[in-house]
Amino acid sequence: MSLIDIAFYFFAILIIASAYIVVTSKNIMYSAFALLFTFFGVAGIYVLLNADFLAITQIVIYIGGILVLIIFGVMLTNRITGVDIKTGTMSKFQIWMTAILCVIAAIGLILIFTQTNWNTALSPTKASTIEDIGTLLLTDYLIGFEIASVLLLIAIIGAALIARRKTN
Amino acid sequence: MIETYLPLIFMLVFAFAVAFIFMILSEWIGAKRTTPEKVTTYESGMVPRGTARERFSVKFYLVAMSFIVFDIEVIFMYPWAVSFNETGLAGLIGMIIFVIILLAGLIYEIRKGGLKWD
Repeated sequence: MSLIDIAFYFFAILIIASAYIVVTSKNIMYSAFALLFTFFGVAGIYVLLNADFLAITQIVIYIGGILVLIIFGVMLTNRITGVDIKTGTMSKFQIWMTAILCVIAAIGLILIFTQTNWNTALSPTKASTIEDIGTLLLTDYLIGFEIASVLLLIAIIGAALIARRKTN
Repeated sequence: MIETYLPLIFMLVFAFAVAFIFMILSEWIGAKRTTPEKVTTYESGMVPRGTARERFSVKFYLVAMSFIVFDIEVIFMYPWAVSFNETGLAGLIGMIIFVIILLAGLIYEIRKGGLKWD
């Protein structure tokens, strides 16, 4: 096993274990903090996939931004300490539907995994992908890039509207 | 490229391991003579009043949301800055449009009083 394999299994175990805590923890704050390790593990997987820009984005936006937003969201709710998020309060029908959907998703993933022609060539020895991403964003994918800013505009206007509804 | 990041990964793992081991060790072999003063949240600091799990003002949410939006804007600026020599004037114009659209959001937020704290 090479060092890269060890790093991969370390991140894979980190992601699965912390994601399990996110789902099963009774305390919603523990879930939020376990989510931090899930995001961090995904960033590590991105590094192993040679996607350095994605890894930095994952750390800066998901860990630095989205997670803070989630924790704020928890703190904004009325009853934090008394919230009882039991996972076992589903009806029989819900459990069966969930099981069927999970099996379908698993079969789909396994099919994708086995059918895809995985490119096993040696990874290009490029120092960084950031320059290519920047060039493509501002030439071929310019429309998507500008639409992304419109999406962000909607987010900030929506937040301003919701937060200021009572006073104005 | 991965090889250049491996030392970073192992440094992170090492840092986590050291912090974790020291916490466990101090829990196991440390002396535990507690006084009421020692178990307060900030020893010799402010006397805590009320629980820390209080309901926060929604204004924090607006600040966090603005932070994320402009965080993403800066993340997009980074590849543009790196590839500036290749994209040139067209890239600059594309970026200016991007910033102007987001600037509209910022102006809206200021006009709406979203950044006032009272």
